[in-house]
Amino acid sequence: MSSIESDMQNYKELLSQYLQTRDEAILYQAEQFSKQSIQQNISPDEIVNVHYEALEEVMPNMGERVRDSFQFLIETMIAYGLAYQEHQVLREKQIELRSEIGVAANMQETLLKTTVPSDEKVDIGVKSVPAKEMNGDYHHFIKDEDGNIGIAIADVIGKGVPAAFCMSMIKFAMESFSENEINPQRVLDSLNRVVGRNVEEGMFVTMFYGFYDTTDHQFYYSSAGHEPCYILRYDTGEFEEIDAKGLLLGVSGEVSYEERQVDVRSGDLIILLTDGVTECRVDGRFIEQEEVLDIINQFAHLDAQGIVEGVFKYFERLQDFQLRDDFTLLVIKRKD
Amino acid sequence: MKGTLSSVVIKQEWDIVGARQAGRQVSQDLGFGSVDQARIATAISELARNIYLYTEEGEITFEEVRDIPKVGLKIIAQDQGPGIKDLSAVMRDGYSTSGGLGAGLPGVKRLMDHFDLESDENGTKVTAIKWAR
Ligand SMILES: Nc1ncnc2c1ncn2[C@@H]1O[C@H](COP(=O)(O)OP(=O)(O)OP(=O)(O)O)[C@@H](O)[C@H]1O
Ligand SMILES: [Mg+2]
Repeated sequence: MSSIESDMQNYKELLSQYLQTRDEAILYQAEQFSKQSIQQNISPDEIVNVHYEALEEVMPNMGERVRDSFQFLIETMIAYGLAYQEHQVLREKQIELRSEIGVAANMQETLLKTTVPSDEKVDIGVKSVPAKEMNGDYHHFIKDEDGNIGIAIADVIGKGVPAAFCMSMIKFAMESFSENEINPQRVLDSLNRVVGRNVEEGMFVTMFYGFYDTTDHQFYYSSAGHEPCYILRYDTGEFEEIDAKGLLLGVSGEVSYEERQVDVRSGDLIILLTDGVTECRVDGRFIEQEEVLDIINQFAHLDAQGIVEGVFKYFERLQDFQLRDDFTLLVIKRKD
Repeated sequence: MKGTLSSVVIKQEWDIVGARQAGRQVSQDLGFGSVDQARIATAISELARNIYLYTEEGEITFEEVRDIPKVGLKIIAQDQGPGIKDLSAVMRDGYSTSGGLGAGLPGVKRLMDHFDLESDENGTKVTAIKWAR
C-alpha cells in the first residue's frame, strides 16, 4: 500500500472516530496527520479530496449538493497547492544559495587576507567583522624594504555580494602597486582611476590610506571621502582628528588627493575605522562620535589587539549581537 | 493513439471558460477523479489565458493518448503569436508576472505529468499530458 493510500485509510478512521466521540485526542492526531502530509509534500487540494472520499464512506447518503460543493472547494484549493509547491522549490533554492554564499564568503576571506606586520617600533591591531556573510570593508598592510608600513582601510557603500566583488577588485589593484610606490597620495590617485574604469555607477568606495615612517615616526595620510580617523595623544589624553579632503574613489576621473602628515609621539595611538563603528545604531539612534572615542579611551591602556577586541565586544553587545553594518577598527600604537 | 476529441478556439476571455468546459468533459469521459479534473481545468486556464493575453488568437486541442494499460489526456495549446523569447527564464519558479503564486507555465508543468514547450517568432506550442490513475 502506498503511503498516500495508508494515510487515506488513516484519515478515514480518524474522521469516523471523531464524528462518534468528538474526542480531543483525535483532533491531536489530526494535527499530527497534517504535519506528516506537509512533510510528504501533499498539497491542500489532495487533503480536501481525502476528506471528501472519507465522507462518502462515513456518510453514504450525503446529498448531491454537498457532493458538488466539494468539487467547488477542490477547485479553489488547486492554486493553493501550486503556490505551496512553488514555495517548497524556492525554499530549497534559498538553502542552496545560502550555502553558495557561504563558500564565496570563505573565498573572500582567503582572498582578502592580509598579515598584520609585526614591528618593534609599532604595535598594530585590527578587527574586521562583516554584518552579513560577505564583508564590504577592507584593510590591507604592506611593509616596504625600509620597514615602513602602508595601511589601507576602505568601505564600499553598500553591503553583501556586490560590495564584496568590488573589494576584491580593489585588492588586486593594490597588489599591482610596487612596494616603493606606497605613498598615500599616489596610491589613492591610481586607485581612483581603477575604480572609475571598472565599477558601475552608483557603487562608491571610500578609503583612507596611511603610511607610517618608522624611522622618524611621521604618519602620512590621504583620504578618499573616508570617515575621519583619530590620533589619541598619550601625554594629553586628547583625541585629534586626522582627516584629509578628497572625493570618494571613482566619482571623478582626474583627482589629485591631498596628503597630510602628523607627528607620532611615544605612546600615541592612531585609530582608523569604518562607518560601521561610528554609525553603530542603538535603539534607533546613532551613537555619538564622542561615545565611540570614549570607549576607545577606556581600552587604550591595552595592547593594540586588545583595544580593538575590547571595543568590538562592547559595541557588539550594545547592538544586541546583530551588527547593522560591516565593522572595521584598526589601531597603531607607537611603542617606545 | 486516438485522434482529436475536441478543440476550442481562444480569442476572447470568455473562450477560457469554454476551453475549461470542454476539457472537463473529456477528462470525465476518460475517467479522471475530481482532483485531477480540477488540475486539468487549472492547467487549461493557464494555457488559454496566455493565448488570450499575449496573442491574437490560438487553439486548444484535446487528444486521448494510450500507453497500454494507461489512458491519458493530451492538451495542445497552439498559437501564431510573437513567441516566448527566453524559455528557461519563463520556466523558472517565481518568474511569472503574478509572481510567487506558483501558477503560469511552471504551474502547468506541475499540474500535468508531461510537459513540452516549443516557441519561436512564428508562435508557441505547449503540449501537456496527464495520465488517469
Ligand atoms: N502563448 C504565448 N505567446 C507569447 N508569449 C507568451 C505566451 N505564453 C506566455 N508568454 C510569455 O511568457 C511569460 C510567462 O508566462 P506565464 O504564464 O508563465 O506567466 P504570466 O502569464 O506572466 O503570469 P501568470 O500566468 O502567473 O498570471 C508571459 O509573461 C509572456 O510574456
Ligand atoms: Mg500566464
